[in-house]
Amino acid sequence: MTSQVSSPAEQADGAVVGEQRKAAGAKDVRRLDRVIIRFAGDSGDGMQLTGDRFTSETASFGNDLSTLPNFPAEIRAPAGTLPGVSSFQLHFADHDILTPGDAPNVLVAMNPAALKANVADLPRGAEIIVNTDEFTKRAMQKVGYDSSPLEDGSLDGYSLHPVPLTTLTVEALKEFDLTRKEAERSKNMFALGLLSWMYHRPTEGTEKFLRSKFARKPDIAEANIAAFRAGWNFGETTEDFAVSYEVAPAAKAFPPGTYRNISGNLALAYGLIAASRQADLPLFLGSYPITPASDILHELSRHKNFGVRTFQAEDEIAGIGAALGAAFGGSLAVTTTSGPGVALKSETIGLAVSLELPLLIVDIQRGGPSTGLPTKTEQADLLQAMYGRNGEAPVPVVAPRTPADCFDAALEAARIALAYRTPVFLLSDGYLANGSEPWRIPELDELPDLAVQFAQGPNHTLDDGTEVFWPYKRDPRTLARPWAVPGTPGLEHRIGGIEKQDGTGNISYDPANHDFMVRTRQAKVDGIDVPDLEVDDPHGAKTLVLGWGSTYGPITAAVRRLRAAGESVAQAHLRHLNPFPGNLGEVVRRYDKVVVPEMNLGQLATLIRAKYLVDATSYNQVNGMPFKAEQLATALKEAIDG
Amino acid sequence: MAETSTEGTGTIEALSLVPKAEGRQSMKDFKSDQEVRWCPGCGDYAVLAAVQGFMPELGLAKENIVFVSGIGCSSRFPYYMNTYGMHSIHGRAPAIATGLATSRRDLSVWVVTGDGDALSIGGNHLIHALRRNVNLKILLFNNRIYGLTKGQYSPTSEVGKITKSTPMGSLDAPFNPVSLAIGAEASFVARTVDSDRKHLTEVLRQAAAHPGTALVEIYQNCNIFNDGAFEVLKDRQQAEEAVIRLEHGEPIRFGHGKTKGVVRDRATGDLKVVTVTPENEAEILVHDARSASPTTAFALSRLADPDTLHHTPIGVFRSVDRPVYDTQMADQLDTAVEQHGKGDLAALLAGGDTWTVIG
Repeated sequence: MTSQVSSPAEQADGAVVGEQRKAAGAKDVRRLDRVIIRFAGDSGDGMQLTGDRFTSETASFGNDLSTLPNFPAEIRAPAGTLPGVSSFQLHFADHDILTPGDAPNVLVAMNPAALKANVADLPRGAEIIVNTDEFTKRAMQKVGYDSSPLEDGSLDGYSLHPVPLTTLTVEALKEFDLTRKEAERSKNMFALGLLSWMYHRPTEGTEKFLRSKFARKPDIAEANIAAFRAGWNFGETTEDFAVSYEVAPAAKAFPPGTYRNISGNLALAYGLIAASRQADLPLFLGSYPITPASDILHELSRHKNFGVRTFQAEDEIAGIGAALGAAFGGSLAVTTTSGPGVALKSETIGLAVSLELPLLIVDIQRGGPSTGLPTKTEQADLLQAMYGRNGEAPVPVVAPRTPADCFDAALEAARIALAYRTPVFLLSDGYLANGSEPWRIPELDELPDLAVQFAQGPNHTLDDGTEVFWPYKRDPRTLARPWAVPGTPGLEHRIGGIEKQDGTGNISYDPANHDFMVRTRQAKVDGIDVPDLEVDDPHGAKTLVLGWGSTYGPITAAVRRLRAAGESVAQAHLRHLNPFPGNLGEVVRRYDKVVVPEMNLGQLATLIRAKYLVDATSYNQVNGMPFKAEQLATALKEAIDG
Repeated sequence: MAETSTEGTGTIEALSLVPKAEGRQSMKDFKSDQEVRWCPGCGDYAVLAAVQGFMPELGLAKENIVFVSGIGCSSRFPYYMNTYGMHSIHGRAPAIATGLATSRRDLSVWVVTGDGDALSIGGNHLIHALRRNVNLKILLFNNRIYGLTKGQYSPTSEVGKITKSTPMGSLDAPFNPVSLAIGAEASFVARTVDSDRKHLTEVLRQAAAHPGTALVEIYQNCNIFNDGAFEVLKDRQQAEEAVIRLEHGEPIRFGHGKTKGVVRDRATGDLKVVTVTPENEAEILVHDARSASPTTAFALSRLADPDTLHHTPIGVFRSVDRPVYDTQMADQLDTAVEQHGKGDLAALLAGGDTWTVIG
């Protein structure tokens, strides 16, 4: 579905918006600049789907948006319990925004557990829509409510909307030949319809989506659409919802172009396909399913018509092993995983360092150590990516900063891998992977040229005049070795994990040669061409906040708050963690204070302190969730004042 | 060895996509310039010579041949072949070779591994390569000992083996690699012996012609840490009674004057060795390597005594046609193009709900 947005005043329905107006139903319409909604329910209630649909409606309407899915690792945790609560938070606005928002303005709670698990995050005055049908004595007792929070006054100060969502849904679907249980399943669509009315969302996309999703079960499709419309009509007619809201499209926030909503994992998968096209090399993915990386495997396996080969291996080691084999054969080779998988792949990454073949290692970081928090986010694999191998085994590290940026980061990781014949880490995380935001779809001619030249013939002349091929004779500028793929006559050669003689690549145990090769591999990575770090410092601040990866949104939001409050603070965000940008040392030394917020216990800060002898201060959070802007702003203010 | 390599779809399908050599090749063409560094007297020398001697027969462009190995004495093999090669890490060669073979069907990919490499640290990759039936030829050098780490027992060592790490004798029951491979759904399983160049070459010939994964177990003598492990199979007199040579379509008979044979025990359905008599001669099992069921091949693999190696069958246990993984993967790519057209990146990126912002 495509809609055109040219200015904030021109809405999808064509009406000009004032501060407040009467809609067709003679209800008040209020205009807001932004809203944060959280849908919460049991993990089987379809909250992720509901959130996704509301997001798509919002994206097609032209708001800026940012999402935060949050779900348990269990597929179906025990019903009605606190650990079983699944939620989806969406922040949308008429201006550019950077985070899924700190505190929801609206909570949709499908049961007592969802209310209990989320109510503490709500500011006073927030709207709470609860499914009263689920507030039975037993369900409330299960989560420790001795009395009904809907009646005991504990929700005074909030704007409570008690709605019998289940009953209304079943009632709306009584014409359909469905059991009560089947009809009840559509209650999330009823809730979506109600919220869509409240926020004037376009509905065609959801109806089209439902028809396509249930194409083989047209009755179920129609029942869901009926529930969705019933929810909309309920909002329109019932007295309880006296006001609806408009959030104008964020036309000014976006440069001209065609946009879509995209999650980090989807953007990353598209980035890999784009890199394959730009390099004119077939894409090979060797992978083993692991949360939260599996969606990349799923996505790439759907695009075989791009020549993409996906190999679901017997384990993590075989996933990267097969990828390395494909790299030897001339593919753009990738393995996707999360932290525990990286641990298993370490030895093969070391082999790739030694073989000097291009290979992308995509780590969608999650809470650790060990199994940790599979569905929650963390940035604690940085030092594993940097150092988690035996021997001196330097690997370049690239990190995307937002969901849409995963596309560009994948292209950048591929550029480094192909140009320098090296494995490269792409460090995304669970927040970027599942979160989404609008993405300006690039024109193909904007994409970088990643063309590679395979070795074609001899590259060295021996003293006796013989022309030979030396697999470890390096490009003097990049220090990359030639990539000679099997099938090329005359370039037959053997490579391996044993130390190689410089040039010939033959086995060598010579001490001086090993020293030289270790230093040369390091020099190759140190010498990778990466752009200088850009610093945003409009006021000549004394404090720099330095981040990497998915903290970009919350840090930038916090910096805006501080500046709006008259504070001076400089901001810089690293895409390249190895090697660091050439000007990083000069940048961090320029400021009195350097604050490094990270979702770990200070891993980037450790690197900065070690490399530049700068007293960088860590600000850390490892609770499986992204930073909140307000919390970061407070911490930064303390640093500025301290 | 009645089978010829060109029977059926063998040679045609397994190597049809691999370019042929332009001129005649000789053994010398396959020798690299690297000095061979195995211990003098090692069985690996014989296998290397047999492989280098056999390669010209295939007539493949040598730049399209790749040897991939893991870690261990035998895994040095690729360095000595003047083809493309990778000496990788311990146990992972089948996984690496799988990625290479599935992405490059114009290559003839060989894996060289040992009993420790393939059956201990790399056991998982081996069984999964076998069940997938990737177009790989796996040469498993079994010397029943860890050589490169200087003499610890291996997963094929006999129970009670006294080694540096088992001074009171090893406790592990050994793997029988042929049984394991047949259990893992391997489509081609054979066993041969390093010192029998003719037999080894014939097995290689059949393995090379096989479409899919071929596992060849090669009994190989480690003269330093496990010398004489297969002597019973090599000593002319003893071997006559100990070795059962399997030939497709032939009755399974062995021993001096072919006086012994393999029959099916009517009570249990299992196989057993009997002295051939005019009465039971008709019951002697005729070897059928192409049988769809792996049951009899498995039973044959169990005839050998794991300690004494008496009644050890050698030759091709099993050789059946099964869909080949890399062929099917390529077919899926072709089908995807037929169904959806060749991938259009611009269309892919612009998929889903979009909106346009005008400046």
